[in-house]
Amino acid sequence: MAKLNLNRQPMPEQDHKERARNFKEVTLGYSLETALAEAERCIICPKPACVKGCPVNVPIPDFIKALRENDLPGAAKALKSKNNLPSICGRVCPQESQCEALCVVGKKGAPIAIGRLERYVGDWELRRMEENPSVPAKPTPTGKRVAVVGAGPSGLTAAADLARLGHSVTIFEALHKPGGVLIYGIPEFRLPKSIVGAEVDYVRSLGVEIVVDSVIGRTVTVDELLDEEGFDVVFLGTGAGLPNFMGIPGENLNGVYSANEFLTRANLMKAYAFPEADTPIKRSKRVAVVGGGNVAMDAVRTALRLGAEEASIVYRRSEEELPARREEFEHAKDEGIVFRFLTNPVEILGDKGWVVGMKCLEMELGEPDASGRRRPVIKPGSEFVLDVDAVIMAIGTSPNPLVTRTTRGLELNRHGTVVADPETGKSSKDKVWAGGDIVTGAATVISAMGAGKRAALSIHEFLMMEPRINADRSG
Amino acid sequence: MYRILEREDLTDTIHVFKIDAPAVAKRAKPGQFVILRVAEDGERIPLTIADFDRKAGTITVVFMEVGKTTMQMAKLGVGDSLANFAGPLGLPTEVEKFGRVVVVGGGFGVATTYPIARAMKEAGNEVITIMGARTKDLLIWEDMMRSASHELIVCTDDGSYGRKGLVTAPLKEMLEDDCRIDRVVAIGPAIMMKFVALTSQPFGVPTVVSLNPLMVDGTGLCGACRVSVDGVTKFACVDGPDFDGHKVDWDLLLARQKIFVEEEKISLEHWRHHESCECSKAKA
Ligand SMILES: Cc1cc2nc3c(=O)[nH]c(=O)nc-3n(C[C@H](O)[C@H](O)[C@H](O)COP(=O)(O)OP(=O)(O)OC[C@H]3O[C@@H](n4cnc5c(N)ncnc54)[C@H](O)[C@@H]3O)c2cc1C
Ligand code: FES
Repeated sequence: MAKLNLNRQPMPEQDHKERARNFKEVTLGYSLETALAEAERCIICPKPACVKGCPVNVPIPDFIKALRENDLPGAAKALKSKNNLPSICGRVCPQESQCEALCVVGKKGAPIAIGRLERYVGDWELRRMEENPSVPAKPTPTGKRVAVVGAGPSGLTAAADLARLGHSVTIFEALHKPGGVLIYGIPEFRLPKSIVGAEVDYVRSLGVEIVVDSVIGRTVTVDELLDEEGFDVVFLGTGAGLPNFMGIPGENLNGVYSANEFLTRANLMKAYAFPEADTPIKRSKRVAVVGGGNVAMDAVRTALRLGAEEASIVYRRSEEELPARREEFEHAKDEGIVFRFLTNPVEILGDKGWVVGMKCLEMELGEPDASGRRRPVIKPGSEFVLDVDAVIMAIGTSPNPLVTRTTRGLELNRHGTVVADPETGKSSKDKVWAGGDIVTGAATVISAMGAGKRAALSIHEFLMMEPRINADRSG
Repeated sequence: MYRILEREDLTDTIHVFKIDAPAVAKRAKPGQFVILRVAEDGERIPLTIADFDRKAGTITVVFMEVGKTTMQMAKLGVGDSLANFAGPLGLPTEVEKFGRVVVVGGGFGVATTYPIARAMKEAGNEVITIMGARTKDLLIWEDMMRSASHELIVCTDDGSYGRKGLVTAPLKEMLEDDCRIDRVVAIGPAIMMKFVALTSQPFGVPTVVSLNPLMVDGTGLCGACRVSVDGVTKFACVDGPDFDGHKVDWDLLLARQKIFVEEEKISLEHWRHHESCECSKAKA
């Protein structure tokens, strides 16, 4: 056996100085040569640990094996057997805490770059589909109608799987563009919108109808979809899109935004191209983003690209607890983002209605809390004022209550998430399934996708039982 | 795409569009609004529903040309389409039999009081409408408002028509004359609503206002629309747009409406420049 190569193939990137001022994708992707070389490092474990780390159990060694045999169609097929959105997941999944965390090679050196290989194969497949748009074989129609609420990863996945099984599927999306967080939240420099667009086109090519501008709970309710509009079942994939604020004084000043507002303006509404695109965004000079997750990283790096002189992260715990993906943290640091760890805002200061500063306290780490992380406690007498002209709150989101409040008999958890069977996605309400962030609270693309897949299966079983029940009734 | 079926120009800058939007019309109620985009790459703007026809599947909106998007929209005519039109959004205005209801409308906000006045009347209330505008030429929908009310009082700031003065003057008189008023509903510019609320507050008459902060999505996603009511932050697009006028932090609303004034000017300039280029290109 050849000697194990302990180093992974480096990912080519845009120069960090240059990219800090543009919205083009940061990482450039492997070439075929580097992808093959990286695939070569995999030892194709007979009992692959990595697969267990994957929330949807992608047969990782199978796709890597096919790749290194230069059988790209085979690699794509293996990947897509479990993952509908490999180009997207290859870019945004937290592989370092999932598949790659369990990689056997990782015990000795760098784990196999599974995510990068996934991206390579996913992109190859997208290009192939673009060059060779084959109309997917039409399954025999079952005559059943499914309404999917929300066109994020969970809704798109459930819709695609159900359409392939012959059901007639309509997605209702509140915004003017499908994609959910992938389109309004995650920036172009991390996930090009053309990729999301291609995946959405593929879902449409399966016969799924996507109706935008449809706010369920307002335009039509879930009960009306079932009782009046002729749908047999409803899948809820409405996400956790309601932004939280800290509840500190000054939060409504001009110049304070939720990360969702900031990112929606920049991404969905293309405000980075203002005034070519109509939606404005402030090009603030000194921007503080409160929070430490992926959302905070996306917001702060967007602020930098919009021309901020200083864009900083204000996070009340330390670097070790930072929930953002390591790669995003490293990229942000390289680009010149300032990190203020162990810092907690207590008030936003204003002058004539506009933000002029943020009063903060320094923290130290105390005893571990319920989450097992050391709880930050206030360092006495440490108050100081940060000189900022914009503050972005990225401290989490809650489920959007529009649907849940207007649906009869839908059981909710304390935090407003929908109670659903983790195996099937079935909710407490007859004929209603749910999956993704609306069930788990803000989580990941891959878990939302997995939930969509499981729900599709369960819905299919339910729908295929239906005719017999109906026949019994009529008989 | 949402086709424009009818267009009427109320003044040089205030226009009425009847839009083909059956899904919105089906469940629209007085007090709700829509979010629309005129074209691809356009911004999302909220407009209150001024009328709806469930059978015909149409929604009527009234808008004034104030910036790029509304000016661009004003260039459209019958047969043209809007790119997006989502609704009905927000909670409907509470309509029940209160007794005597005074409806106050200012500027092109008058149009949006129309379905409310009509619904209040249908619910068995005595409806007194006070409508105002800066000058006679800016008065809109007088006849429609008359038909939707038991009594109509018209004011102009400059006295060119009806009573001279602000809408708050007749309201104050009514309140002082002790003619029992059970509810006030005010829709118009924020500053007008603020003064209506301040006028009715000492008399303790419940006063509902329809707030018009900046919005992006209109679904509770962004919080751009946050307002403070009774010291609590609310998202106007999902918790409102109607709120208790006596509890609204008006200064906050007025300040937040101005966040993008500079950008709005840039956008308009850019568009005008672009338009003139397009014309010269077309001619060449
Ligand atoms: C800025 C940001 C960065 C992120 N980065 C990562 C990352 O790097 N890696 C990762 O794995 N995860 C990341 N996440 C999390 C991930 O995006 C989400 O977990 C995932 O998108 C959830 O998918 P979903 O389908 O449940 O919901 P969403 O993607 O939220 O989609 C829900 C859709 O439903 C629509 N909707 C809501 N209400 C209604 C209604 N009433 N009627 C009709 N439609 C409605 C919404 O408009 C939206 O399109 C990030 C999230 C954000 C916000
Ligand atoms: S407009 Fe975005 S939350 Fe209200």
